[in-house]
Amino acid sequence: MTTTESRAARRRDRPLTAARRENRAGLAFVAPTVLVVVVVVVLPIAWTVLLAFQNARLVDIQGMGLLGNWTLGNFAGVLGSPGFWTSLGTTLVYAVGGTAGSILLGLVAALALRRSFRGRGPLRAAMLLPYVAPVVAVTFVWQVALSPQYGIVGEWGRRFLGWERAPAFLSTRDQEVSLLGVEFEIPLALLTVIAFETWRYFPFAFLFLLARLQAVPTDLEEVAMVDGATVSQRFRYVLLPQLMPVIALLSVLRFIMTFNKFDDVYLLTGGGAGTDVVAVRVYEFLTARYDVGAAAAQALVLALVLAVLLGLYFRFFASRAGEEA
Amino acid sequence: MTSRARTEERAFAVLRWVVIAFLALITVLPFCYMLLLSVKPIDALLRAPGDLWVSAREFTTATYREVLRPTSEGGQGFVRMLVNSAVVSLGAVALTLLAAVPGAYAVGRLRFFGGRRVGALFLAVYLFPATLLAVPLFVMFARMGLQGSLTGLAIVYIAQTVPVSIHMMRNYFATVPRSVEEAAAIDGCTRLQTVRKVVLPLAVPSLMATGLYIFMIAWNEFLFALLFLVAEPEKWTVSLGLQQLAGGVEVSKTVLMAGSVVLTVPVVLLFFAAERLLTEGLTSGADKG
Repeated sequence: MTTTESRAARRRDRPLTAARRENRAGLAFVAPTVLVVVVVVVLPIAWTVLLAFQNARLVDIQGMGLLGNWTLGNFAGVLGSPGFWTSLGTTLVYAVGGTAGSILLGLVAALALRRSFRGRGPLRAAMLLPYVAPVVAVTFVWQVALSPQYGIVGEWGRRFLGWERAPAFLSTRDQEVSLLGVEFEIPLALLTVIAFETWRYFPFAFLFLLARLQAVPTDLEEVAMVDGATVSQRFRYVLLPQLMPVIALLSVLRFIMTFNKFDDVYLLTGGGAGTDVVAVRVYEFLTARYDVGAAAAQALVLALVLAVLLGLYFRFFASRAGEEA
Repeated sequence: MTSRARTEERAFAVLRWVVIAFLALITVLPFCYMLLLSVKPIDALLRAPGDLWVSAREFTTATYREVLRPTSEGGQGFVRMLVNSAVVSLGAVALTLLAAVPGAYAVGRLRFFGGRRVGALFLAVYLFPATLLAVPLFVMFARMGLQGSLTGLAIVYIAQTVPVSIHMMRNYFATVPRSVEEAAAIDGCTRLQTVRKVVLPLAVPSLMATGLYIFMIAWNEFLFALLFLVAEPEKWTVSLGLQQLAGGVEVSKTVLMAGSVVLTVPVVLLFFAAERLLTEGLTSGADKG
């Protein structure tokens, strides 16, 4: 009895070990940040989940408690409306197109700017412009440039490419095109929005890929060259395997970002002409109909779809990595 | 070298320059177009939409004067919007750094119980879409009467930037040599003093890079500005103001182009100024000599 007491007393008197002190310091330092993240991110998201299951309109919310009016009606309404499913399809096409486009263009750019030449520095800096510039400003420039009345693209198309009239790039759902005598329709507005996404975000992919390219040891390529490998072979068998992890990471990041993107589409087309991605629909429900519950339910479904897609992706990749190892 | 290899070599050498020219064209041309239209009278644009130059006779700065003049004098009041944008962005930088620095230091530097899980949590937050946050924040701010307040907007931007900020700074804190901290501890500094007097001054390049990133996100942000401020024109940020005016037909496109230049120039200048400064800051090590 007495011995255990004195041992406990001794332990209290002993100065803390370095590890325990570091543990305490770590908890103390991380606490304020965790608190802020919980208050501004975690709690609001938890509330979104609650709202999605409530019959909530903005006018009622003033007097409403946090809980109550439970319903599954929001989900039934969201999943039951045909507009949601076409919108989800549009979102998928837009996200896949924007991701693939920006990574592909970024890869081409990184390969072209890999070795130094006169003016590479300024060009490299200029290539970051689309990514750095404010989205409202660049979408406005695109709108003006693509305008059928006073846009430069339409005018040059008429002058140099022999177009009969300038197409309304941002407000045409389906444009008839004839190629080699075959007539078919393309979703012009959606393709334009994807082109914008590609243009705005290829610098992001370019930065990542260039950094990785410059870290590839040169002797690998030299050996391949001595063995008589052509440029395309060197790319396929030496560079691409080195770049693959970065490309995979970029695909995930860009897909998540594009899947949830609101401003680019909203600013270019307002969500019209076959470009109504889910994020724009959430905004419409929130501000035009003040239907908070339905907006929350749509945002939640969007997040769940994304989570499932990512889950599939990682499963697929994990099993592939397992086979290769 | 085989003949196939030689032809390919030559083809790609040419292709490389084609690609470089193409890239220069698509990145620089839109911004030249923006600048060009901002110094043209509107009738010159309507008369010849395909022209990529402006004659000395047509050159005008009236567009800039109109866009910057206060609304009370018949202008578009962009000066006030610039002030609003600057206040919100700088506020967001200060608040986010304040919130993110301790956590980034803890996760990047200290070994503590649950540290890795917290680090993963911070990263996971990055994946939550802004639309998920928009609904509750919209409701919450409507309820608290913070709608139409610049402070509210700056707080929202913390949520947008904290995860990335932590991620950017934790890697840097991890590279600050332990020996420097140990020296400070031997000199009798507490952990807090060590961080304030030794670690933070060493981390200035990283703090600046992170601050710049936050500033750019806040300056360019549009969705939350639209959700919270749209009803109060005197609180509009430049991004929101430009979009609201671009939707109407009253203001001519060339005047709005001047507005776009006014919106774009600060953030681009800051970016290029800091890019050099950052690389210089990063190359000067603290542990050597």
